[in-house]
Amino acid sequence: MTEPLLCEISVSGRQGVRFPEPDVPLASLPDDLLREDLPLPELSEVDVVRHFTRLSQLNYCIDTGMYPLGSCTMKYNPKVNEEIARLTGFAAAHPLQPIETIQGCLMLMYELQEWLKEIGGFAGVTLQPAAGAQGELTGVLIIRAYHRSRGDLKRDKILIPDSAHGTNPATSSMSGMRVVQLPSDERGNVDLEALRAECDDTLAGMMLTNPNTLGLFDENVEEVTRLVHESGGLVYGDGANMNALLGIVRPGDLGIDVLHFNLHKTFSTPHGGGGPGSGPVGVVPRLVDFLPTPIVGIIEEGDEELPPLYGYVTPSKTIGRVKAFFGHFAMMVRAYTYIRMHGPQGLRKISEYAVLNANYLMKRLREVYHLPYERVCMHEFVLEGRWPEIPDIHALDISKRMMDYGLHPPTNYFPLIVHEALMIEPTETESKQTLDNFVDVLLKIADEAHTDPELLHSAPHNTPVGRLNEVKAAKELVLCCNVGALED
Amino acid sequence: MFFPHTDEDKEAMLRTIGLDRLEDMFQAVPAARRFPELNLPPALTEMEAMAEMQGIAAANETTQDLVCFLGAGAYNHYVPSAVDSILRRGEFYTAYTPYQPEISQGTLQAIFDYQSLITALTGMDVSNASHYDGATAVAEAISLAYANFRGKRAKVVMSPALHPHYRQTVHTYNRGSVITIVGDDAENNPQQSPEALLPLIDDQTALVIVQYPDFFGRVYDYTSLAEAAHAVGALLAVSVNPIALGLLKPPAEFGADIVTGEGQPLGIPLSFGGPYLGIFATRQEYVRKMAGRLVGETVDNRGQRAYVLTLTAREQHIRREKATSNICTNQGLLALASTVYMSLLGKHGLRQVAELCYHKAHYAAQSIASLSGFDLWTKRPFFNEFMVRCPAPVAEINAHLLDHGILGGYELGEEYPELSDHMLIAVTEMNTKEEIDLLVDVLAEVSND
Repeated sequence: MTEPLLCEISVSGRQGVRFPEPDVPLASLPDDLLREDLPLPELSEVDVVRHFTRLSQLNYCIDTGMYPLGSCTMKYNPKVNEEIARLTGFAAAHPLQPIETIQGCLMLMYELQEWLKEIGGFAGVTLQPAAGAQGELTGVLIIRAYHRSRGDLKRDKILIPDSAHGTNPATSSMSGMRVVQLPSDERGNVDLEALRAECDDTLAGMMLTNPNTLGLFDENVEEVTRLVHESGGLVYGDGANMNALLGIVRPGDLGIDVLHFNLHKTFSTPHGGGGPGSGPVGVVPRLVDFLPTPIVGIIEEGDEELPPLYGYVTPSKTIGRVKAFFGHFAMMVRAYTYIRMHGPQGLRKISEYAVLNANYLMKRLREVYHLPYERVCMHEFVLEGRWPEIPDIHALDISKRMMDYGLHPPTNYFPLIVHEALMIEPTETESKQTLDNFVDVLLKIADEAHTDPELLHSAPHNTPVGRLNEVKAAKELVLCCNVGALED
Repeated sequence: MFFPHTDEDKEAMLRTIGLDRLEDMFQAVPAARRFPELNLPPALTEMEAMAEMQGIAAANETTQDLVCFLGAGAYNHYVPSAVDSILRRGEFYTAYTPYQPEISQGTLQAIFDYQSLITALTGMDVSNASHYDGATAVAEAISLAYANFRGKRAKVVMSPALHPHYRQTVHTYNRGSVITIVGDDAENNPQQSPEALLPLIDDQTALVIVQYPDFFGRVYDYTSLAEAAHAVGALLAVSVNPIALGLLKPPAEFGADIVTGEGQPLGIPLSFGGPYLGIFATRQEYVRKMAGRLVGETVDNRGQRAYVLTLTAREQHIRREKATSNICTNQGLLALASTVYMSLLGKHGLRQVAELCYHKAHYAAQSIASLSGFDLWTKRPFFNEFMVRCPAPVAEINAHLLDHGILGGYELGEEYPELSDHMLIAVTEMNTKEEIDLLVDVLAEVSND
């Protein structure tokens, strides 16, 4: 492959876009504050467009094929969302405009808050968090503020199951909490005995992912939330896996007190090669006053002739802001459109088909790949990418070989409690034909692993680049083109 | 709706699984809670949804309809067509985080290009792949500094002239931490110069935070502040407007250790506040304390140059509760937008935009200062934003401007009560002389004359 870097194709004197000459008298520049050199590349528009187009062609993406990353919910991103988010009435709105001029934006945010409350079973929602991890931070800070507002200052312990995403413990630490890990039982549920042992008066809360990262719905979830509540703690729900639950069950009805939604997973906003996300947070009534400021509310009721006036509201015990302005509005527009196009029955169908697809794949693959937890799964499941008779074949080898067949691999080596994990989430947007092809490839690779293991070890062969030297990358640390290899 | 299942598919799949009905897959869900009726509006087709959404969008009057002099952290700049054309490529926007480098070289090399351009712009050694926005980038600078002193220094000196939303975000992030933040409280008058922060810097200080240009548009050379911080071993973080760096000295030149910033002006639409782009760059010695993703250069097993996420051992999915940040998803697509934008403008174009902003803002400032009752608040050099004291409440003036199709400046009294009759006016390359003259004419109607 080898597409050159921008700095390598720069030619002195080129400029891709020009601007008008000043139409005002020139002011004197502050000489002592000016920079001497601006070492940016010089390129024509054609150079730039070709560079990035060629780069794009080195990527795998949803638009080219199935993307079965567990816990990432790589569903199809509807094109209509992209059009609507770019309508100038949305894209050209400044966040600090007078509210009278942006009632469309505020109405949309208000309705989306209402819909997420309804979908999650909550009394209040903030749309401000930028991504799931920031939603977690918001939620844990809310839990902390709740206890402190009651003078309950010694509650600093957060329980986190061993199957949890790494963001859960990282978030708890950031919030000044102490993390205690909980084991899972042999059916993949939270171990109730271990939970009981930790339920004391230092318990601030528990971070629960349900369905968990094994793709299993906790069979004792109401007992789990009851135990935590009984000892005075609150339950945080990691909504990364909400794609299994739309219209199936509302987390708030199960005793979850606060939960983040991932608009970039469940509600189809694109992942953008690593972002932007959007992580709204829903809370039960006793936590509404702690939500970040501002949220959108109706500040003047409407009547038969006039619509209501929407504006900003500051919750009385707010934890404060978690970012500038109001969150990732353009992502909210996409999620709003998506919910609007599905309606209540359509949302339920999303989860039903996501779960159907996962169970279908699991059923077809389990004959050949070991399934550590024998249960009906939800929207994802975890297999082991190893066979005892060929110990030098790893999940990584299987994953790399999948690329040769034009597929994106599943999530590898997560959750940590499964050896050589292959975590597979097909999503509802894949057809039976696509799933059958996926199965065929995985069965073929299992066969190759036994008959020609070198084919897997040396994979991928048909990709723009082969396996990378990650040790060299970390050791020599070349992080930009203009400085060269930096001394370590 | 975007699921392809036919009835035949569904039946065949259920048969394979060994269940009769879709409902049977949800036995683990408590029966009393299963299948709630959701009170949501009924589904629309794409055609209907488009019409409805166009109606909602049309209920806004935006910077496309109004002449915009509003900034305060989000700016109305021209976005060249090629930027969105690249962003709309499904290969970029429908890809995930590049955890599988063999089939993600496009994203990885684009991030590497981004890191290269940000280091060139800021003068720093290394840039990460982005944070959420300008506000959270500042909060992450504190985490870096705190980690750098291994928790032994817990004091942060923060300028009151840092964007109010950024300061509020920093306070929220540190609700559960041992960090003490000083300098931005009410006693510290936002109008005073950065030298007022000097007495607050001591040997317990981990980090000093300023903005460049500051929230009021003023440009200071922070050399003396950097020297004072470094004299006690503390770090200096500077939050920048990247367009200003097309013209002004990069913070590295006056000794910044961390440069953060809001990348929105670099080709990202206003979009009512987001998604934007958190810039984060630092010196080489702090690279392992920096949160967020990083792309490094390496080779593949065929001897080709290639790119990969590196130093991942710093991150939450490996370090879990020991990570300095929980950041995972970042602003990948917005980092790409800024990379395409900076590539198109390049060395000369970015300087040209910065100069246009500068000259037009100064023309506007001089014209407004000549009106009776309006005072230019500072004689400091400023970039594209300046503060004026008004002869009437800012809300009244803005309402009057709006009647004339003008989106007036930011009402400073909202965040700084002592500046209640002050307005912050932003001017960019988008504002023509005619628009500026119109602003001045309409303001003249409310002047003391």
